[in-house]
Amino acid sequence: MFKWIHKFGSPPYVYALSKALSPWVGIASLILFAFGLYLGLVKAPPDYEQGEVYRIIFVHVPAAWMSMFVYTMMAISSAVFLIWRMKLADVVAEASAGIGAWFTFLALATGSIWGRPTWGTWWEWDARLTFELILLFQYMAYMALRAAIEHKQSGARAVAILAVVGIVNIPIIHFSVEWFNSLHQPATITRADGPKMHSSMLIPLFIMVGAFQLYYFHHLLVKMRVGMLTRDRRARWVAERVDSGGL
Amino acid sequence: MTPKRKQRLILVGLLVLGCSATVALVVTAFRSNLELFHSPGDVAAGSVAPGQRFRLGGMVVEGSVIRSMESVDVQFDLTDSVDVVTVRFDSILPDLFSEGQGIVAKGQLNEQGEFIASEVLAKHDENYMPPEIAEALQKAGRMPSTAATFNSKTSVDP
Repeated sequence: MFKWIHKFGSPPYVYALSKALSPWVGIASLILFAFGLYLGLVKAPPDYEQGEVYRIIFVHVPAAWMSMFVYTMMAISSAVFLIWRMKLADVVAEASAGIGAWFTFLALATGSIWGRPTWGTWWEWDARLTFELILLFQYMAYMALRAAIEHKQSGARAVAILAVVGIVNIPIIHFSVEWFNSLHQPATITRADGPKMHSSMLIPLFIMVGAFQLYYFHHLLVKMRVGMLTRDRRARWVAERVDSGGL
Repeated sequence: MTPKRKQRLILVGLLVLGCSATVALVVTAFRSNLELFHSPGDVAAGSVAPGQRFRLGGMVVEGSVIRSMESVDVQFDLTDSVDVVTVRFDSILPDLFSEGQGIVAKGQLNEQGEFIASEVLAKHDENYMPPEIAEALQKAGRMPSTAATFNSKTSVDP
């Protein structure tokens, strides 16, 4: 039974799988992006309160969700790396950090642009906004620490601990709008009594979330190949791939 | 699972648990600093002194907005569905400002217990719908109200 799982610990197998999958995931993401942006920016009706300006939600919410999803992926794979010493888990974490930081930046930037016309301010030291900014610093600290430690193996363990510890911020970001008085409105979609959004807006939003999700997986698959080649550059399977003429 | 891995699993678990506990304690301790605004209830309970600068959040009471004829001066009441505070403001209101709208104002209380605002921010709600549906809900009297969300989440000490 464990043979099945062990295949996913073997770089040559995962490399080949990633190479076969990544273009299709990329194409699917592009299709969803085109479809979601068309539905969201053209087809969806304006909002009763905010008018047209609310349409930035189709980028803001997927970016914000992904900033938390990618960090969770990073923390889980870091824990797997720490416990089982599975090298590929470290590859996943390393490949996720950069794009996670960009998702966080995108969420903060679109939020700021959205805040100016609706709230009347670019930035407020609100709990939700502040903890999301801390998440951006966490990604940056993760990448900086990894780059700073000369010995790659001990460095990987150090940054894995950092990533695992940082997971505490994720529930804080999510619940900050419920725990504290906040300028940011409470959750629209992830709530017990169902989404508070009309389906003509909700469907494009979910398509955009799918597009972001697939884009992340595409990016992860490509970046993982880079990570595997860097780590295993002296391994036989890499030499064999080079000899057979196709990395 | 080998004993070594089991040990590492327990260690990682303890690490996360310890950090969560630490952060939970810190967040609870700094709770009042993490609140963006006080509610009219906090003001009524006397947890803010006159002259102290703070943010006040609440829903604009229907029919309470009085605009000056000569200037942009405006006066309106803010409520958390229980208590009410009158706000005076002498600058330009954000586009989303309207009666029944949630807002957050920065400023201080004067001797009469009125809130003199120097900045007013609009807080939009979590509902998204096309204008036609909002109209229909309004007619049916089923439009969700946001006033209750301004109830103080904790009693905030000054």
